Amino acid sequence: MKEVKILAPCGILGYGFPKQSFLNGLEQEPDAVVVDAGSTDAGPHKLGGGVGIVSEDACRKDLELIITEAAKRDIPVIIGSAGGAGSRIHVQRTLAVIASIIHKHHLEELPASVIWSDIPKEFVREKLRQGRLEKLGNAVKELTEERLEETGNIVAQMGHESIVEALERGSRLIVCGRAYDPSPFAAVALYGGIPLEYGYHAGKILECAALCAEPGTTKDCMLGILREDGFIIEPLSDMRRCTPLSVAAHTFYEKEHPYLLRGPGIVMNLEDCDFSQHSSSGVMVKGSRIEKARVYQVKLEGAVLTAYRTCVIAGIRDPILISILEEVERKVEEQTREYYSDVDADSYQIRFVNYGLNGVLGDAEPRAEERGHEVGVLFEATAATQELADAVCGTLRSTFLHYGYEGRKSTAGNLAFPYSPSDISCGPVYEFSVYHLMEIDEEERKRLFPIEALDWKQEA
Amino acid sequence: MKECRLYDIAKVIRSKNSGPFQITLDVLFEDGETYRKIRESGIISREKVAALYRMEPERIQDIVFFDKALGFKITYDRDISSGTCGDRDVYGAQQHGPLAELRVTLS
Repeated sequence: MKEVKILAPCGILGYGFPKQSFLNGLEQEPDAVVVDAGSTDAGPHKLGGGVGIVSEDACRKDLELIITEAAKRDIPVIIGSAGGAGSRIHVQRTLAVIASIIHKHHLEELPASVIWSDIPKEFVREKLRQGRLEKLGNAVKELTEERLEETGNIVAQMGHESIVEALERGSRLIVCGRAYDPSPFAAVALYGGIPLEYGYHAGKILECAALCAEPGTTKDCMLGILREDGFIIEPLSDMRRCTPLSVAAHTFYEKEHPYLLRGPGIVMNLEDCDFSQHSSSGVMVKGSRIEKARVYQVKLEGAVLTAYRTCVIAGIRDPILISILEEVERKVEEQTREYYSDVDADSYQIRFVNYGLNGVLGDAEPRAEERGHEVGVLFEATAATQELADAVCGTLRSTFLHYGYEGRKSTAGNLAFPYSPSDISCGPVYEFSVYHLMEIDEEERKRLFPIEALDWKQEA
Repeated sequence: MKECRLYDIAKVIRSKNSGPFQITLDVLFEDGETYRKIRESGIISREKVAALYRMEPERIQDIVFFDKALGFKITYDRDISSGTCGDRDVYGAQQHGPLAELRVTLS
């Protein structure tokens, strides 16, 4: 019977993992090491600002161990959504780290390739005009051509197809731009003759590494053993264990529907899956199903810069001020706006977040009226320029600090600042402007996710 | 008949982004009996959840029970997308409170 083993070192490349778990995994002679490096969880800033989720050093530390140990054993390594968001700049940064590892360890013979996922804006505009873009959810704003123009680099989540092709070409190290998280796992599975449903379902679980175990973490290794009739998920550390419930629960995780999961060109149906204890710490999964989507769509991601932010964190311990805090904040905003009456009122915004009252839930908080003995206030100005945000926030802070509210007894100052300086210039704020499904055909798919062979000797 | 919070009888009760424009609430139980009682009580309805979160029922995309995992999932649209101006919870990881505090009576 065919069997494919996939080692998933950690949930996000650069999060780190115990070396011993990784070596335990390698002892099982896996067919590939697959690690996901991307996420939109941290918001649009990674894609918009072209920055990573982890530091370059963290990325290097994980990759050095993965690449050198895998190369010794001739095991292919696949990195999904390189650099955090998978756009060209993210991929290039990852490639630079890899190049330094390759040269340091004299691995220039290692056949490697990169699969790009940047989507030209003209291409998206044409699809928009043809009505072949579909926004992903009611909360996504309408995409106009103007908004598209303002959007930065756009990426699309690749499916398994290009990755399978790179494996067929003999690549032992594949660096993917933006990929649907389970895609690299599904590619390894399909390449080894395992049905796609088990590749994608196992990938959905393995992309978070040991998060499906108990205790769960993204910072430890997991092994997937995929067969033609199901797959087994096993932790690689003695301190963890998978149970049918822990693995089934992870199938639930961070998806809008518990058992219908959509990927590029596919829909997984996991309603009739069977999860059973396979060994003391491993779980067997059977019964996953997959269907081809009616039309082939890829998910696009793009971010637009919406404002610059400056903020202040302060504490309040005065009981009278706490009892009338929201009213004081309204008046402080009013006074600040009066001071800037010569500036376009729509060019900046002021917000207060009151931790201890409704900081986390905002208007949804049912217990906002309950008052404790202290409140943490985060206030901010967002504006069209950093200079304006700095100026408005500065005025907001000095007004708040000395505001003489009704019944005030603490007349020396209203705010406890933990920092000096108190004001923090946070830089640009982004928003996902493109979060759409785009219909493409097979010829377009190949063109949008091109495979490029890497020549380490030329890079040197 | 005993009244308690959903938090007290659930094994897992969590919130998380499902993409930048939605939040999904998961409640998982340890035993099938508690799970079935909650499922059959009908207390987890669109109207109830909307009231808990002070939102329009239309913002709730889905409420689905999944027997295999002994749990249910509620997915709703964010009013502000993750990480942009005005967002309070970039990962959506701390939005479970009102659901956790829901009072339920198990027979």
